[in-house]
Amino acid sequence: MRLDLTVEGKNLVVKFNGELDHHTAQQIREKIDEEYRRQKLQNIILDLKGLNFMDSSGIGLIMGRYKICLNNNGKLALIHVNSRLEKILKVSGIFKIVKKYDSLSEACHIF
Amino acid sequence: MLDNSMKLEFPSKSQNESFARVVVASFASQLDPTIDELADVKTAVSEAVTNAIIHGYEDTEGIVYVECKIINNKLEIIIKDNGQGIRDINMVMEPLYTTKPELERSGMGFTVMETFMDELEVKSEVGKGTHIRMVKEFKSVSIKE
Ligand SMILES: Nc1ncnc2c1ncn2[C@@H]1O[C@H](COP(=O)(O)OP(=O)(O)OP(=O)(O)O)[C@@H](O)[C@H]1O
Ligand SMILES: [Mg+2]
Repeated sequence: MRLDLTVEGKNLVVKFNGELDHHTAQQIREKIDEEYRRQKLQNIILDLKGLNFMDSSGIGLIMGRYKICLNNNGKLALIHVNSRLEKILKVSGIFKIVKKYDSLSEACHIF
Repeated sequence: MLDNSMKLEFPSKSQNESFARVVVASFASQLDPTIDELADVKTAVSEAVTNAIIHGYEDTEGIVYVECKIINNKLEIIIKDNGQGIRDINMVMEPLYTTKPELERSGMGFTVMETFMDELEVKSEVGKGTHIRMVKEFKSVSIKE
């Protein structure tokens, strides 16, 4: 899994490239959280365009980042959610609390 | 009629989660699955294998067993561990139930297996291990004479 982290204002943009499972989740989690804290950011945008696979480990990872943002008066947004990811995310009911957008600029508008 | 079968075993290391789902998916490819059907199988296998590793064997190392059978247009997958087992199967299969919230588990694994596969059966004995049987029917398959 390759992860690209960029900062846009108070937002951390995380681009996934690869597969998100229990094996890769641990490291990804640490990288995101470290950058979020170090740069004193508020919101996180997860760009799922390059995410080829995700199981329930991804649900846990998204929920965890949602809580971190919430505790910091921030928000979490998802962009580029394909139909495969949509299927598992729907099962989890996560869309009740985390919103998805078609593009980065659209997601940035909500913050 | 039993058309084909395979068996796989590997140590409960997390690197093997992707290995297991890729092997099962490539075995299933002889059924001419759609991309979505294949992705469903991969996800369900990943859930069951991950559970064997993190819950079944927890911090110990054991062997995870995967067996696949193709019967007509159906793929049966069995994933077993000789780990700690499950005390109350009905309870753990409830959505959002997890014994490992500190590891950011969401408690959705069984729910995902249930929705992504056509059949799911869980057998378990405390101290002995857990046996997961899942079946996926490949709808697009034209059964050969
Ligand atoms: N192979 C197993 N051996 C022992 N206990 C298990 C096994 N598989 C599942 N369990 C128990 O069932 C619970 C629910 O499993 P499920 O896969 O639904 O959720 P989870 O693994 O906790 O979280 P998630 O899969 O969403 O990351 C687990 O928390 C664990 O207590
Ligand atoms: Mg699980």
